[in-house]
Amino acid sequence: MIGSEALRTPEQGARAALPAGVVTFLDALGGITLLSGDAIRTAFRRPPEWRLVSEQLEQVGWRSLSIVNLTAVFTGMVLALQLGSYLSRFGAKMFVSRIVGVSLVREMGPVLTALMIGGRVGAGITAELGSMTVTDQVDAIRALGASPVRNLVVPRLLAVLIMLPVLTLIGDLVGVLGGLLIGVTELNLSAAFYINSLTQVLLLEDVFSGLGKSIFFAYFIAAIACYEGLAVTGGADGVGRATTRTVVAASITVLVSDFFLTKLFMIAT
Amino acid sequence: MTPEVHIRCRGLEKRFRDKDVLRGVTLDVRAGETLVVLGGSGSGKSVLLKHMNALLTPDAGSVEVEGVVLGSCREDELARIRRNVAMLFQQAALFDSLTVAENVAYPLREHHLCAEPELRDRVRTALDMVGLAGTETLMPSELSGGMRKRAALARALVLEPRAILYDEPTTGLDPVVAAKVNHLIRDLQRRLGLTGVVVTHDLGSAFFVADRIAFLHDGRIRFVGPPEEARASTDPHLHEFLTAA
Repeated sequence: MIGSEALRTPEQGARAALPAGVVTFLDALGGITLLSGDAIRTAFRRPPEWRLVSEQLEQVGWRSLSIVNLTAVFTGMVLALQLGSYLSRFGAKMFVSRIVGVSLVREMGPVLTALMIGGRVGAGITAELGSMTVTDQVDAIRALGASPVRNLVVPRLLAVLIMLPVLTLIGDLVGVLGGLLIGVTELNLSAAFYINSLTQVLLLEDVFSGLGKSIFFAYFIAAIACYEGLAVTGGADGVGRATTRTVVAASITVLVSDFFLTKLFMIAT
Repeated sequence: MTPEVHIRCRGLEKRFRDKDVLRGVTLDVRAGETLVVLGGSGSGKSVLLKHMNALLTPDAGSVEVEGVVLGSCREDELARIRRNVAMLFQQAALFDSLTVAENVAYPLREHHLCAEPELRDRVRTALDMVGLAGTETLMPSELSGGMRKRAALARALVLEPRAILYDEPTTGLDPVVAAKVNHLIRDLQRRLGLTGVVVTHDLGSAFFVADRIAFLHDGRIRFVGPPEEARASTDPHLHEFLTAA
């Protein structure tokens, strides 16, 4: 449901018997599925405006780089510090680089990057589309014979799908460097030993597992954010509520789906 | 001879949550006329208007534009119809991130209707028509309320539609600017032969621009006729509405 149609009345009947929370959840799930289908059909029927996609690539990628790097470097550093302190008790601090590297690349890198992007980009998309919805700009696009899905949803979906794996890869690298910094300065490990030790255990499939997850996370974040933005009703208050819902829903979806995706990738490899 | 009907609404019903907004609205808009839909706040005027270019779909009833039933159209067919039935939104709905010229050029670029040099000419002509020459590079946030509405009108006109739907065109404007907008609506009808549907509760504007007036109350059309008949109407709700102002 887009623009004015977001106000449509839910049908009565079986829905009326369900608890309101369940109806809201199913409504959102159905809405996100329909919007995703519409976006895929639209993207294949008529290619998106690449100018709009590149604007979003900059917005999602370049402008998120600092927050992703900051998160990654400190996560790598704190992991190395904690593990170094703990493993030193058993004389096993030489394993720090392996544990930090694998846990970052397989797990923490994709999840933390997705949570950062869910907060920064997801909230931004919902706020922007929500403001456009409540000021009739989305209806204006339709009234001019154009498609809000093609002009607003597809570029954002594509940009997040492209940039989240790229940011994850950069975050992985920066996180490992953070760990290396602590390994050298606090744990008295040599840089060469740290890197050699890591490359002995880190496989390409570890990297692909993390990147694979990030593609799913990207879809969840962008689809939730676009749906919530286009389904906003009311004024600024409605935009605020929708933005909060996006951050909460995107974060929960990332964390819950991470478990199932991890199982899936374990079976697949 | 019966005048040609441009937009035909039959038995429109629309419900939002627990509120019946339209309860069987039947209304014809004749080609080339300006029909004003009067009614109080929350009477369903804007909802009715949004059915006329399928921004909303009715729960029951139908809308025909130039003989085409909107309910049976695919989205691409609706897009084609909407190009001929432009809409001026109450809040103007200019795109915040684009300049005035980019806003006006938006539909031309979207539909690849002309090359860049011609596009610039058409944008300039549309802005001239609404008295906004020289504002091409301004952002919507730099415009006054009246200028925003006129810029939005230029964007609606640039596709050379056959009908325009005006949602509260004078709301929030001072009397001088409101009069300019009213003259513009009249002028466009006379010069271009456009069919117009104006939704308003501004009586001065309504009686200035209307060829016919429809009065919407409680989701139903209570009166349709020329302005002078509206003034003489014995319908108690219309009478109360006209005399309260």
